[in-house]
Amino acid sequence: MTAPVLEVEGLRVEVESTGVDIVDEVSFEIAAGEVLGLVGESGSGKSTVALALLGHTRRGARIAGGEVRVDGRDILHRRPPELRALRGGTVSYIPQDPASALNPALRIRTQLEEILAAHRYGGRDRLQEMLAEVLLPHDDAFLRRYPHQLSGGQQQRVAIAMAFACRPRVIVLDEPTTGLDVTTQAHVLATVRHLCDTHGVAALYVSHDLAVVAALATRVAVMYAGRIVETGRERVLFRASAHPYTRRLVEAIPEVSGRHALEGIAGTAPRPGQRPDGCFFAPRCSFAVDACVEAFPPVERVGDRHDVRCFRHTEVLATAARARRPAPELPAADAESVLIEVRGVNAAHGDRQVLFDVDLTVKPRQCVALVGESGSGKTTLARCIAGLHRNFDGELTLRGSPLPAGARARNRETRRELQYVFQSPYNSLNPRKTIGQIVGQPLRLFYDLGYRDAHDRIASTLERVRLSPSVMPRYPHELSGGERQRVAIARALAAEPTMLVCDEITSALDVSVQAAIIDLIAELQREMQLGLLFVTHNLALIRTIAEEVAVMSGGRIVESGKVDDVLDAPQDAYTRALLADTPSMEAALAAAEA
Amino acid sequence: MSQATAPAVPVVQRVRRRRPIVLLLRRAWRLTRTKVGVALVLLLLGIAVIGPLFAPYTADEFAGTPYEHPSAHARLGTDGLGHDVLSRFLWGGRSILGLSAAATALGLVLGVTIGLLAAYSRGRLDDLLMRLMDVILAFPSIVLALVAVATVGPKLWLLVLVVGLTTMPRVARVTRGASLEIVERDYVQAAEAMGEPRLKILSGEILPNVTSPLMVEASLRLTYAIGLIAGLSFLGFGRQPPAADWGLMINENRLGLTIQPWGVVMPVLAIVVLTIGTSLIGDGVARASAGIDPRAGAE
Repeated sequence: MTAPVLEVEGLRVEVESTGVDIVDEVSFEIAAGEVLGLVGESGSGKSTVALALLGHTRRGARIAGGEVRVDGRDILHRRPPELRALRGGTVSYIPQDPASALNPALRIRTQLEEILAAHRYGGRDRLQEMLAEVLLPHDDAFLRRYPHQLSGGQQQRVAIAMAFACRPRVIVLDEPTTGLDVTTQAHVLATVRHLCDTHGVAALYVSHDLAVVAALATRVAVMYAGRIVETGRERVLFRASAHPYTRRLVEAIPEVSGRHALEGIAGTAPRPGQRPDGCFFAPRCSFAVDACVEAFPPVERVGDRHDVRCFRHTEVLATAARARRPAPELPAADAESVLIEVRGVNAAHGDRQVLFDVDLTVKPRQCVALVGESGSGKTTLARCIAGLHRNFDGELTLRGSPLPAGARARNRETRRELQYVFQSPYNSLNPRKTIGQIVGQPLRLFYDLGYRDAHDRIASTLERVRLSPSVMPRYPHELSGGERQRVAIARALAAEPTMLVCDEITSALDVSVQAAIIDLIAELQREMQLGLLFVTHNLALIRTIAEEVAVMSGGRIVESGKVDDVLDAPQDAYTRALLADTPSMEAALAAAEA
Repeated sequence: MSQATAPAVPVVQRVRRRRPIVLLLRRAWRLTRTKVGVALVLLLLGIAVIGPLFAPYTADEFAGTPYEHPSAHARLGTDGLGHDVLSRFLWGGRSILGLSAAATALGLVLGVTIGLLAAYSRGRLDDLLMRLMDVILAFPSIVLALVAVATVGPKLWLLVLVVGLTTMPRVARVTRGASLEIVERDYVQAAEAMGEPRLKILSGEILPNVTSPLMVEASLRLTYAIGLIAGLSFLGFGRQPPAADWGLMINENRLGLTIQPWGVVMPVLAIVVLTIGTSLIGDGVARASAGIDPRAGAE
């Protein structure tokens, strides 16, 4: 093992005004050419750590202790001009959203030249080289473009080119593929991997997506509530994790290769200032004993470069990784009858046609998954069915009777039967209404209930989505993302629908929360005998929940059929490419072991 | 997850159950500027509302000879007609505060209604309403007010109406701007899909989410209304003598400024303090809602 390029020791970042720790006791090191994956759920402090490597914090926070060294030289205690020279030169950063990282008013050439000029690095031909490295066209025409003339993947490549421009020693990638399609993501990941290898860069790859990390990283650090709870080689960590949290996290990952039940982790991670004494995971941990709530466990070495913070690691390691349970059987759909039928639908946004001659059928009690990348038209189709997109022609029927375009043209009964759950729970709940008011809205519109009855119905609906009725007087901002999505689901269920359209309902959520939500939706579908249209970009989810799948690309349905048939023996070239690019932890681990 | 592993999701126990708008005002209150603003406005409000109870004379009683210097029986001297300056000052705040508050309220109601309708309807109605607002905006408000008052005569309701109407387009712009983004939110879409009546969408889904910018705008508009009403009554289009009014007082006493300055100084000071107070409050709320001032704390 060569000397580490980057060493972080006892890093502590706290809230400036209160001194409450955001992250603390964070230590790790990365060698040249090594990619360390830093995984954790939202709020775990992984982005805070990433920024601290550049000597930076978000507004209102400050680095309160610890050391960050690059090639043995400390970088935290420097004056601003030195720090500026360091950033982009020695340590560089690739942000999550390239669209907001590139200046929309400047040409690509200007922005690339800027970074070279700032660090007095390279000449004119370096520009071409940089673009060639990230497999972008490097002619003048491309350099003359503005960021908005590039695709999301190209923008991210430009950001990567800029990050690698001055041959940095350390590179920090903060969820760089979150907004990208799987195909683009696969290409970007390959580029990053290649560049780190060739130039011996130490990379920190921050992500919430364990499957991506498994494919890219050589070692992985797992963060929970501001602490690193486990570090180890990716194979060891995912196959034989010594920390209960890592185990549960792995079990929550949807896997494209098999039909597993997804298991969420009950409860929520404690926020800064609300962290308990002792181990932060203890309240949610099935291994917890008395010692766990008394003191925070120290770092212990359990294997070759495998560190863990858990008093019970021997017990955890002794327990064989649970074989993943298969998902429960899907309810049998009525073979004959049809709930929703879409025939030859063409839809447009303004003048641009986005759906071409689309056919789709959902039977009663059947879950159909609609899969596609962003821009494939899947959301538009879902919105046509829900009456939120009116600009279409073609046939749309509910149990044989035609559905008018636009919800307001439909009758009350139809609007009640067809409910829609939106993608982001941060956007779909009115922040100025209480949970009770939100869930009560469909009751007010579709049922004439007295105050008492309505109250009871809201309470029982909340219980159905596993929320305590005590949340009724609360406002959405008081709930976590997963809880908010449960409220959104409760609002749809309160109408007692027969057909539920779920549009990417887990894409804004953490994996452990996603697992719980998927599990809930599957169970509710069985219980309430719902027809379900499950729109998603994530192929890995659909085996768990859906019976049939329709794959969309460019506004057309390119392949449809039974889920197992389509995923095991895809007929269409696009489906095959999509499957190949979907990150799979099993596949990544198998490849690493081979 | 089967029944065995499906416990009720525990919700964070220590919650502060407060309406979002209350949270905003609390954060604004943490800023010194808000406190100073509130103190100033309360001071002036106190003078205008309960001041008359302490006035030694009525507004039109004669207390001595014209332009007397301050003395024991006229603490701030007398004005050009021999009225007690202190008494007229204490009596003269009600009209200006009442009129500007009424005018601002009128402007807010009209402006918010138009702004919401424009943002929600889009299309032709939006264009029609907003171009109409632009036309009103094109005239300087004081000119518009002068034209109206010159035609109809100095009536108080007209003052409120005119100042309210000139306030309306600015409020409408802000409301429309803030609402355009809200209209696109999924919760508005959800209400649409369920067939919630449109009026209910405007009042229940959109309006409550634009209150923060509206509060800022309201205090700014109040500041302008105070200035405009004071100016109009200075020009003689407000309350008519012998009634007391701060704007009117400045005009009445400006000729004696060099002999007996208090008749001008006091109302000017009052108007200045009042406008600074309202704009400080507006600024405090704006800073708290934008989250740019760390002293206000985060959400």
